[in-house]
Amino acid sequence: MSNTMTAMVLHRLWVSFLTFIFVSFVVFAITNMLPGDIAEIMLGQAATPEAVAGLREAMHLDEPAILRFLRWLGGLFVGDLGTSLVNRLPVSEMISGRLGNSLKLAAVTTLLSVPVALLLGIASAIWRNSWFDRVVSTLSIAVISVPEFMVATGAVLVFAVYLQWLPALSFANEVTSFTQMLRVYAMPVVALSFVISAQMIRMTRAAVIDTLRTPYVEMALLKGASRSRIVLRHALPNALGPIANAVALSLSYLLGGVIIVETIFNYPGLSKLMLDAVATRDMPLIQSCAMIFCLSYLLLITIADVIAIVSNPRLRK
Amino acid sequence: MKNLVEVMNLHVGAVTDSGRKVEIIRGISFSIAPDEIVALIGESGSGKTTTALTLMGYTRDGCAITGGHVFVDGYEVSAQTEHERANLRGKLVSYVPQSAAAAFNPSQTILTQVIEIAQIHKLGSRDEARRKAIELFRALALPNPETIGDRYPHQVSGGQLQRLAAAMALIGEPKVVIFDEPTTALDVTTQIEVLRAFKKVMQGKRIAGVYVSHDLAVVAQIADRILVLRNGEVQEAGDTRQILHAPAHPYTKTLIAAYEPVRHDRAAADSADAPVLEARNLSAGYGAPGQDGLPVMLAVNDVSFTLKRGSNLGVIGESGCGKSTLARVIAGLLPPARGEVLFNGKALPGLASKRSKEELRHVQIVFQLADTALNPARSVSDILGRPLTFYHGTRGAARNRRIDELMDMVRLPRALKNRLPGELSGGQKQRVNFARALAADPSVVLCDEITSALDTVVAAAVTELLQELQRELGLSYIFISHDLNTVRAICDEVVVMYGGRKVEQLLPGQLDGGARHPYSQLLISSVPQLDPGWLDNLKQNAKIVEQFAHE
Amino acid sequence: MTEDIASRRAARGRLGWRINAVGLIGLAVVVFWAFVAIFGPMLAPYPVSEIVDFDYFGGMSAQFWLGTDYLGRDMLTRILYGARYTVGISLAAVMLACFIGVTMGMVAATVGGWFDAVLSRAIDALGCVPNLLLSLVIVAAVGSSIPVLILTLAAIYSCGAFRFARALAVNVNTADYVKVARARGERLPYLIREEIFPNIIGPVMADFGLRFVFIVLLLSGLSFLGLGVQPPNADWGGLVRENISGLALGAPAVLMPSIAIASLTISVNMLIDNLPTRIRDRSE
Repeated sequence: MSNTMTAMVLHRLWVSFLTFIFVSFVVFAITNMLPGDIAEIMLGQAATPEAVAGLREAMHLDEPAILRFLRWLGGLFVGDLGTSLVNRLPVSEMISGRLGNSLKLAAVTTLLSVPVALLLGIASAIWRNSWFDRVVSTLSIAVISVPEFMVATGAVLVFAVYLQWLPALSFANEVTSFTQMLRVYAMPVVALSFVISAQMIRMTRAAVIDTLRTPYVEMALLKGASRSRIVLRHALPNALGPIANAVALSLSYLLGGVIIVETIFNYPGLSKLMLDAVATRDMPLIQSCAMIFCLSYLLLITIADVIAIVSNPRLRK
Repeated sequence: MKNLVEVMNLHVGAVTDSGRKVEIIRGISFSIAPDEIVALIGESGSGKTTTALTLMGYTRDGCAITGGHVFVDGYEVSAQTEHERANLRGKLVSYVPQSAAAAFNPSQTILTQVIEIAQIHKLGSRDEARRKAIELFRALALPNPETIGDRYPHQVSGGQLQRLAAAMALIGEPKVVIFDEPTTALDVTTQIEVLRAFKKVMQGKRIAGVYVSHDLAVVAQIADRILVLRNGEVQEAGDTRQILHAPAHPYTKTLIAAYEPVRHDRAAADSADAPVLEARNLSAGYGAPGQDGLPVMLAVNDVSFTLKRGSNLGVIGESGCGKSTLARVIAGLLPPARGEVLFNGKALPGLASKRSKEELRHVQIVFQLADTALNPARSVSDILGRPLTFYHGTRGAARNRRIDELMDMVRLPRALKNRLPGELSGGQKQRVNFARALAADPSVVLCDEITSALDTVVAAAVTELLQELQRELGLSYIFISHDLNTVRAICDEVVVMYGGRKVEQLLPGQLDGGARHPYSQLLISSVPQLDPGWLDNLKQNAKIVEQFAHE
Repeated sequence: MTEDIASRRAARGRLGWRINAVGLIGLAVVVFWAFVAIFGPMLAPYPVSEIVDFDYFGGMSAQFWLGTDYLGRDMLTRILYGARYTVGISLAAVMLACFIGVTMGMVAATVGGWFDAVLSRAIDALGCVPNLLLSLVIVAAVGSSIPVLILTLAAIYSCGAFRFARALAVNVNTADYVKVARARGERLPYLIREEIFPNIIGPVMADFGLRFVFIVLLLSGLSFLGLGVQPPNADWGGLVRENISGLALGAPAVLMPSIAIASLTISVNMLIDNLPTRIRDRSE
């Protein structure tokens, strides 16, 4: 790795760090936008002024906002996520189990959809304007154009209601055997895969077509290279950066998709927890969930950018 | 002797954006003997590259061979399947692209790509191919032939890449090589080296060649025969000397006449006149200021000159010498880090936004590419009308009248008034571009390479127009160009720039043998002449070439 | 020859703009929904919240074209009324988002310098918060109402519009005709209005359509999660939420609102992929 490359990677990581600070500030600011006093809300209208003042002090609510932000940010870094306003449990405790469930769902979906989507995207770029390409493109545009919940409800209708292959609802904590796991995960994973693959296919296709239009691909053609040689040796290595970017951006759709899919399938993941927190306005819980989502999104994008930098031959020594 | 290449009544069709079918090659026939180099010469859109590529059975997107026959070495390429063509590409016919920088895959080493043809067509082992490549590198006078192949394309210079592309084309020992404007993107001092290398290798290996170019002088050095193309048809075909010295077709005659623009005599500027524009120790560049207060990337370094009223100053130099940055500084687009620009003896503020309308009006800039210099969303009359309203407050009927006058001045039909720039030809666009500057009623016009992107014949007409307008309106031009012939025709004084510095100031007469600075001498001697023996007789000091040429 | 060109020019004048069949279908559906959003309540066969059928999740029938919902209300009526919320809120939000985003984007690109750097960095950073998440957090913090929804959606998507317009404007800004205008002494408002905007309007219009689709989807998603339009009113996403328990029965009450959304978003996509193009034939 050359010096410029190292410098660029380090710079990218630094930007990600700054972005993280900025994003946490935004999340903190929005969640503190609510007019009214959390201490009063928590204690209810019957509370004595002394009790409210005591709680305010205990929760550092009388401090300036910037100080509370720094205290909260510091807490994030050491894993102290605060206490739920609703059931007084530590937020980290509430999250830990749910986070695992969501990660499992995301991992299975990723493992399934990334290879399929890349293959489909690359294939339709190679045979662009063929009937295969047209079918794939039309389907992916259709999936992108409809709400995530429609993909999920459509999957339920087809597989659970009409075909009756799978149960409509899933509970991850009931898994005891492999077949059961398959039955539980199948529906959410299929629905989620559709949602994220569509975008990935389109972006991969565009990235490969871009490189297929370059003069060096024409040059390879004029050397007498076969189609597979052109694609494998000349187009793909140069499309790596954009493809990594496509994968990362599409995986970030997982987050949006996960919220909807977990709701429909009643899957006990992080987003279900967050939605419940939104309903009860449990701010510390909302903040923590939001930060976890943002962090994973940021992580994906950073990884993609680093891959793009490392795979750029112009930065090689 | 039987011909190696035989093209008979070739027709190539294309489909336009609106689905209309047009014929871009209309019945071209020619032949090439073994070891003969034939040049295809013509303006943009003449179909020269399209014709050359049909020898490989290849047409670009949207085009197709619609008629005629192309035979190469007994194969009828035009009737082959795609698979059969692929088998011949690189082995029988190979291709040297216009821009090697774009035609090399950035993610592979050079050697991998140079020997790729040998691998595709299974012409021996990798080691053999490698040895052959190194031999070719040596023959093409490339530095470090043993190791240059291990580098990536972005790590070598443009001139070297172009020669490496030739090695890539020659590795499969083809019988015909197509050179597609292989030196157009290079600076003149670099071009010489590349041309010499090509000529030597082609003669040494006795390979036939097709050399596509718009530059007659370049072609004269390397081709045995020349085909003059226009609008997809052959205008004239003949031996190089005959085409150059005794052209028969009227189009060939204009082409050759346009090569050296005529210098019109006009009343010489009175040297006693105070200068209309003066630059004093200008330094400017890009990036943050360093310790000495100058920008990190200094593009113009301590340049001074004076421009007398009614006279013309030429600024010549190769890419990256700072000549365009100089124009930007004068126009107020880039503030100078040091020094100042004076108009009629009064210093101008560095930035255009700080200058008064009157100061702005007197100094107008005209850019190289009329395609990007005219707002594609506005009609010709809007483009010309804006400076009228902006500087002079002219509106309504008066404005319309003035627009008509301006169009007359630059010899544009008034009917084009409501057209958008996209609906004009290249020469018409450049005239609008110039008329817009005239609308301000300027004293000084900065012409930044305004004829470089035009075809020779059109460029000559524009040059002619500039001189006429100067006589009528008493303008002064600063003429920035890399085209020595145009500068010689128009300018009263010539500044030579290298590496951001002014190395010498010359009179036009001194351009032929009067230059004293070694770089000026190198630059001037590197401009190709319409003489087939020019390259062979050219003697340049190798040390100076090494010091200054853009390798 | 001249006659030939003249006649060709005339033909081009007549057919200067053209749109293909797919684009035309898209346009027709978009116009249809716009019409429904305006006149929907007049077309509705029943009052919107009246229970007209004793059977809930009724199927499609001559009486109830699109069946009935979980309370036995007429679905056709509910969808006609819902168009108002879905189309209205989304349109208001996308107009606001594009106006703010495109203006700021052009200003940032033209002015450049630290103003551009700071704004772009901040908006890039904001882009790292997933849209649905950001709207969830905002709605959780300030509650859901139609103005809040419009402002939230507009704020979220003005970031994208900013980045899109800025990227285009940065390109245009490097063009020589903008340099000429600067050298002429033109000021910022003129540069933006006359030199930059007319040259990015095409892509910006396409982006407007795409952004409208995203907003419809996000709004529907929010409503589906119960955080969008609040009962007793319902947009199309809200209608799906109300009737989700009919999913296992395969009731039209779940399907129809989804189909309404899909028909709108897909036809907008079809329209912008096949926007009427002005034919430019430069090979003459």
